Amino acid sequence: MSAPALWIAVPLVVGAMALLLSTERAAALVGGLTCLTLALIALVVPIDAALLFGPFSLKIGSTASLLGRSLVIPASEAPLLAMLFGLGAMWFFGAEAAGVAHRLVPVGMMITGLLIASLAVQPFLYAALLIEMAALAAVPLLAPQGKAPGRAVVKFLTYQTLGMPCILLAGWLLAGVETSPGDLVLTIQATVMLSLGFAFLLAIFPLGDWIPGLMEESHPYVTGFVLWLLPNTILVFGLSFLDSYAWLRASPEIVSGLRSLGLIMLVSGGIWSALERNLGRMMGHAAVAETGLIFLATSLATANGSDTIFPFFIPRGLGMALWALSLAVVHRENAALDFSTLKRIGSTHPWAGAGLVLASLSAAGFPLLAGFPPRIDVWNGLAHVSGSSALWFLLGLTGLMIGAVRQLALVVGASSEMPTFPQEDVLQRGMLAAGMLALVVLGLYPRAASFLIVRLPLMFEHLAR
Amino acid sequence: MPAQVLAWAGVGIVAATSTGILLAREWRWHLGLMAAQYLGAAVLASGHWPLGMAAALLVTGWMTIAALGMTLTALPSQIDPTERSWPQGRAFRLFMAGMIFVLAAGLTGRGQSSVAGIGAPAVAGSVLLAGIGFLQLGTSSQITRIIFGLLTVLAGFEVFYAAVEGSILVAGMLSVVILGLGLVGAYLLNASFPEDAA
Repeated sequence: MSAPALWIAVPLVVGAMALLLSTERAAALVGGLTCLTLALIALVVPIDAALLFGPFSLKIGSTASLLGRSLVIPASEAPLLAMLFGLGAMWFFGAEAAGVAHRLVPVGMMITGLLIASLAVQPFLYAALLIEMAALAAVPLLAPQGKAPGRAVVKFLTYQTLGMPCILLAGWLLAGVETSPGDLVLTIQATVMLSLGFAFLLAIFPLGDWIPGLMEESHPYVTGFVLWLLPNTILVFGLSFLDSYAWLRASPEIVSGLRSLGLIMLVSGGIWSALERNLGRMMGHAAVAETGLIFLATSLATANGSDTIFPFFIPRGLGMALWALSLAVVHRENAALDFSTLKRIGSTHPWAGAGLVLASLSAAGFPLLAGFPPRIDVWNGLAHVSGSSALWFLLGLTGLMIGAVRQLALVVGASSEMPTFPQEDVLQRGMLAAGMLALVVLGLYPRAASFLIVRLPLMFEHLAR
Repeated sequence: MPAQVLAWAGVGIVAATSTGILLAREWRWHLGLMAAQYLGAAVLASGHWPLGMAAALLVTGWMTIAALGMTLTALPSQIDPTERSWPQGRAFRLFMAGMIFVLAAGLTGRGQSSVAGIGAPAVAGSVLLAGIGFLQLGTSSQITRIIFGLLTVLAGFEVFYAAVEGSILVAGMLSVVILGLGLVGAYLLNASFPEDAA
C-alpha cells in the first residue's frame, strides 16, 4: 500500500460514497471516523518502514505514480497529515451539531483528499491545479441549491481561478531564475507573479473582502471549514516555495514584504472586526487577521529560522471550528447573525454564546487560551526586529479584542424580563463544551500538542530549522 | 510556413471570437463564439503540443460549452439588474478591445524574444485571450459572463503554457479544471434561479 493511496484516494472514495448516506448522523460518523483513523495511522504507522505484526509485516510506501509524475508523501509529512485529518475529524463530528453533515462531509472529504494531493504532487508547482480543483469542489458547498449565489462566492471562484495560472507561470519563471540566478528582470517577474498568485489564493489585502462576505452569505460552518482548510494548505504550499528557493529566503525584500503584508492584514482585520455589526462577518475579519499572523510568523521564520509558524495551526483549527459551530447553532434560529437581531442570545443560546466569546478571545490572543502562546512568541520576535511593527501588532490584536468584548457584551447583556430555556440540544452542548475545553487546555498546557508541532518543520529542509 | 499560416489563422479566430463575446449580449452568440474560440486556442496550442493533446483541449472546451449551453437553455431569460451599472456601450467595449489588441501587438515581439521557441502567434493569441478575458471579468457581474471571462483567461493561459510545459499530467489537470469550471458555472446558474421560476 502507498501513502498517496491511503491519504488521498481513501478520502476521495469515502467522500463519494458519503453522498449515498441518508442521515446526518451517518454522514458525520463516517467522515469523522475515517479522518480519525487516517490521523491515527499517520501518527502510529511509519511511512517507508516495515511494521512487524508477528509473522506479518506492513509497509506504507511513500510514492505513487500518476501519468508520468509522482505523488510523494514522505515520512516527514506524517505529522501534518495527522494534524489535518485530526482537525478534519473534529470538523466532521461537529457537522451534525451544526446541521450540515450531509452537505459538508462528502464534499469536505473530497476537498481534503485533493488538498493532500496538492501537497504530495511532484513537481510541487502542480499543486496550484489541485488547489483550484478543491476550490471548484467547494463552490457547491458555499452556494447551496435553491439560494441565489452571492457576490462573495463568485469572487471566491474568480480569485482562486486567477491564482492558479499565476502560480504555474511563477513556477516556470522560477525555473529560469535557478538556471540564470543573475537575471534581475527574470527574478522580479517571478517574484511579482508569485506574489500575485498567493495574493489571489490567500485573499491578501486588498483582495480579501470576499472572506467576510462569504461568512455572511453562506452557512457559517461550511464556510468556516473552507476558510480553515484551504488557506492552511495554501500556506504550507507557499512555505514550500520559500524552502525550495534560497534566493527567496535570502531576500530582505521578501522578509519585509511578508512582515508588512502580515501587519496590514492583522491591523485591517482587527479594525474591521472591532467595527463589525454582523457576527459572521466578524469571524471572517478574524480569519483574515489570522492569515496575517501566519505571514508575520513566516517573516520571522525566514529571517532567523525560528519556529513560530506551526504553533498557529492547531489553535487556529480549534478556534475556527468552535467559532463556526457556535455561529451555526445560533444561525439555525437567526439566519441574519446581526447584532441587532441577537440581543437575547445569552438566554436562548448560552453555550453557543460562550463558544463565540471564547473563540474570539482566543483569536485575539487572550491569556490562558490556545491562541495566546503563538501570538506572544510572534510579538516577542517582532519586538526584536522592529519596535514599530510590535506596536502595530498590538493594535491589530486590540481590534480583535474589542470585537470579542462586543460579543461578550451581546451575550451577557440579554434582557432578563422574559425567562427562556437554552435552545441547544445535548449534542450541540457536548460539541461546544468539548471545543471550549480544548481551547482552555491548549492555553493552559501549550505543550500538549508539541508531539506534533515540533515535528512539523521536518517537512522542510531549510525553513524554521 | 503552412504551420505559421495556421497559427496566425488561430490568432485571427481568437481575436474575432473574443471580441465578439465582449460585444454580443445574447448568450447563444456567446456559446457559439466560445466554441469557435476553443478551436482557435487548440490551433495555437497544436504548434507546441502533439495533436492529441491539442484535440483534448478542444474537446474539453466544447464539453464545457455544451454543459453551460444545456443549463442556459433550461433557464428562463433574465437580465441581471446590477448589470445596468456597468459600462455597456458597444463603442466602449470595442475601444477596450482595441486597447488589448495594441497591448498584444506590443507584447508579441518582447514575448517572442523572452521565451525561446514560443513563436509570435502563441504570444499574440494568449495575450489577446487573457486580456479580453480580464476585460469581461471587469465589466460584468453576471455569472454567465464571469464564467466565460474565466474560461477565456484560462484559454489564453493554456495557449502560452503549452509552449513552455508539455506534461500530459498538467494538460489533463488543466482539462479537468476547465471542465470543472464549466460545471460549477452551470451549477451557479441553476442555483441563481429558484426552482419554480425555471
